[in-house]
Amino acid sequence: MIDGSARRLDEGALRVLVPRVLAGLVRRGEDFDAAEDALQEALLEALRVWPEHPPRDPRAWLTTVATRRLVDARRSEAARHRREEAADTEPVPAVTEQGDDTLFLLFCCCHPDLAPASQVALTLRAVGGLTTREIADAFYVPEATMAQRISRAKRVLHGRRLDRPGDLAIVLRVLYLIYTTGHGYGPPRPDLAREAIRLARQLTLATEEPEARGLLALMLLNHARLPARFDSEGRIVTLDRQDRGLWDTREIAEGVRVLQSALAVQRPGRYQIEAAIAALHDDAAGAEETDWPQILAWYDDLVALTDDPVRQDPAAVLGRAVAVGHVLGPAAGLRETDRLRDVLGDRHRWHAVRGHLHELAGDLPAAATAYVEAARRATNVAERDHLVRQAARARAGRAVQLTDP
Amino acid sequence: MPKYLLLKHYRGGPEPHRPVPPIDQWAPEDVEAHMAFQHHVSALLEENGEYVDAQALAPAQTWVRYGGPDAAPVTTDGPHPETSDLIAGWWIIDVDSHERAVELAAYVSSEPGPGGEPLYEWIDVREVMWERPRTTDAA
Repeated sequence: MIDGSARRLDEGALRVLVPRVLAGLVRRGEDFDAAEDALQEALLEALRVWPEHPPRDPRAWLTTVATRRLVDARRSEAARHRREEAADTEPVPAVTEQGDDTLFLLFCCCHPDLAPASQVALTLRAVGGLTTREIADAFYVPEATMAQRISRAKRVLHGRRLDRPGDLAIVLRVLYLIYTTGHGYGPPRPDLAREAIRLARQLTLATEEPEARGLLALMLLNHARLPARFDSEGRIVTLDRQDRGLWDTREIAEGVRVLQSALAVQRPGRYQIEAAIAALHDDAAGAEETDWPQILAWYDDLVALTDDPVRQDPAAVLGRAVAVGHVLGPAAGLRETDRLRDVLGDRHRWHAVRGHLHELAGDLPAAATAYVEAARRATNVAERDHLVRQAARARAGRAVQLTDP
Repeated sequence: MPKYLLLKHYRGGPEPHRPVPPIDQWAPEDVEAHMAFQHHVSALLEENGEYVDAQALAPAQTWVRYGGPDAAPVTTDGPHPETSDLIAGWWIIDVDSHERAVELAAYVSSEPGPGGEPLYEWIDVREVMWERPRTTDAA
């Protein structure tokens, strides 16, 4: 494991090297599990040796030392299993793929046999180069728990030949999960959102798939608003009330550029569409200038991606209901949410959206009731407190979204 | 230093000292003051070096028990009797004495309610048991 001092040694350089060295070992036919262990040992060795004798080629140095560890490990393993049949003599598969190391490792870490939590942990560790401690902190679990999760994940991969391209859709989902974990409401954590953006950016260098660029754009366009999403007391500030001067215009510009290059391929997918919606929000100088008709058009495309959007993508239908409320009127928006009652009626967001639409309609008592229902179902404190405030304000007869500055 | 759990309840506990309506029916300023106080308590405990942990619990409650061999778990989401206990959250503190834990619990209970008046909320104070005897106790 890389500890704090190794990270200080040369954090940036090591973090770039780790996945490249690991990918090199695994491509050569080494077991992922064993290779990762060997590389961690090599990193410890580097920590000891490098301050005195810095290597000329750190990547080659790490590869050599990790390989030596692998040979040692195999020798003692072989001694143990000498009398068993010689499965080991099977030739190492030829290296055929010369794609980017990052992409290759992402496919390993996002193997479909792993549970999502394991995919996330392994990706952060093997591709992101985060320490077990940092990952544990990010997810609020004890370090021993995270260490166990990672070692179980590696055991699942044990003995599998990782020589086939994996499922890019899973990789995208895992990166988005890392992003939203870091981007959610709550106290600040190790910056997972930034890490997810970094990994997504690397991914876009390795694949032409427009959805990878769509995902990067979506992350950038949302992350740009982060500085405005909480006030100095840590209270949630909704999109319509945010100080748009706090938005990161550089991130928005990059997000728009990446999105345009993805859309130019003309193979739209959900990340590109969600990024387009985020871009329209980012584009409005004030909430009242939001181009709701165009947002609604993108939501129409989003729900059209699935055969039965109410069951398969209820979040998209709920987002569309808000857009409908702004374009066709709150009553129409509320009718849209009615279709979701069976699927989302127990989720706080469904009630919160209805509260918002009731408020748009000027029906404050109904809004208050919906916000109370939402608060009761909220699963994080910042959002719960926000919804209680909305309820109290609506109850007191003060419209929040419409008349306040 | 003993550790104590200061438990807040959504319902249950002794007869309220001062009945109050649900928080969403308070004036918005009172809601703000109440929430600010909760943050202040955690900050204060951290500053004192007495803070261990704080968590809030969502009110939805599911009781679960073993269903028997080859049977699914048995669950019940309620409705539960209005008088049953429902924990809302806690602070865990590491303090010098039981006395100090009581003092802090009373401070927590002074949180502002409607009209800025103290809530006088009952706080459940429980000592956290140690896993094994401490060597210092034997000295």
